[in-house]
Amino acid sequence: MTILVFTALLFAGALAAGLLGSMTGLGGGVVLIPLLTLVFKVNIQYAIGTSLISVIATSSGAAAAYVREGITNIRLGMFLELATTLGAVGGAWLATLLSTSFIAILFGVILIISAIISFAKLADPVSTGNGSTLSRYLRLNSSFPTPEGEKPYLVKNVVGGFLMMNVAGLISGLLGIGSGALKVIAMDNIMRIPFKVSTTTSNFMIGVTAAASVGVYLKRGYIDPGLSMPVMLGVLVGAFIGSRLLTKARTASLKILFALVILVLAAEMMYSGFTHKI
Amino acid sequence: MPLFKKKITDTDLEKFIGQLLRYGVLLSSLIVVAGGGVYLYRHGGEIPQYHDFRGQPDKMKQLGPLLQAIGRGEGRPLVQLGLFILIATPIARIAFSIIGYLLEKDYLYVTITILVLAVILCNF
Repeated sequence: MTILVFTALLFAGALAAGLLGSMTGLGGGVVLIPLLTLVFKVNIQYAIGTSLISVIATSSGAAAAYVREGITNIRLGMFLELATTLGAVGGAWLATLLSTSFIAILFGVILIISAIISFAKLADPVSTGNGSTLSRYLRLNSSFPTPEGEKPYLVKNVVGGFLMMNVAGLISGLLGIGSGALKVIAMDNIMRIPFKVSTTTSNFMIGVTAAASVGVYLKRGYIDPGLSMPVMLGVLVGAFIGSRLLTKARTASLKILFALVILVLAAEMMYSGFTHKI
Repeated sequence: MPLFKKKITDTDLEKFIGQLLRYGVLLSSLIVVAGGGVYLYRHGGEIPQYHDFRGQPDKMKQLGPLLQAIGRGEGRPLVQLGLFILIATPIARIAFSIIGYLLEKDYLYVTITILVLAVILCNF
């Protein structure tokens, strides 16, 4: 296989990953790394670096639209970025110390957890009362636009959410994924923020979180232009098409299909890790 | 009405951040496409070698040598420049937010944002 064919196939694969990732809300990174390592036999450290690049691209691209609509809670994002960036830096350093086989196994475990989380029932948002002292002090309580007008909401359990974001950042830096599923747990189930706000705010933070760990990967030479070029462009095009196709009815069954794909990939990653093929 | 005024500056900042992210991704994509074209034209017939990790030469990691390699008409460094711009986009967003919060005199968030920027920059 020549570089030309390799690049074309990689572009097509990344496009499919970006399309499914954006339509199901699970993100493209979770399929990208198995695709690169299992199908294209790319070294997992290159794969993680490449995935981080595509994560920054899709996050920034999508955040641009949401921020303009005023749904994203920028103060909350800024505050929680302190947690995710600290975690991400730790995760990136950890990744340089761990064996590739161990990373592959851990990746499989996180994939399974993410797939299960995506079906978890979300807690109801809170809109009455005073909110916590900390969320008032940090001015995190806000409102978001709905068809019926601005809807206010309160932010609960700031410390718990912050700690969970630390973990999400660590996983992101260690495995090169956005870890959107963990961020949604932190914001929906711990901080009790409305789903629309939490998903857009999570997406807003993913790029900065990835930028915090990408420095470590860049210095170590894990960012390869030959791999990043088709993957970044493919994921961007896929995510763009996905955001246009988005309809609710189709996503429900698509989400189940995608979760099944993820489970198979997770099993394959763990098997490759245990047999030291990765 | 200080509350009303605050809301307006917040919205201005949001609009600016939205534009910054959009143009950052767009500019980076264009450069990556251009560099990718050159790279495929020059090396498209070769065999890809990604099974073992071999790292990157200095010209792919530092801006000075990178620009020199681009000057020699190499494709891979041009792609890498596009990636640098992509990585810089969310970091620039943080930097501009500091200015935004300064203008709003929200010193709590000036501090938080400076801390986030410091965490990111100490790893480059």
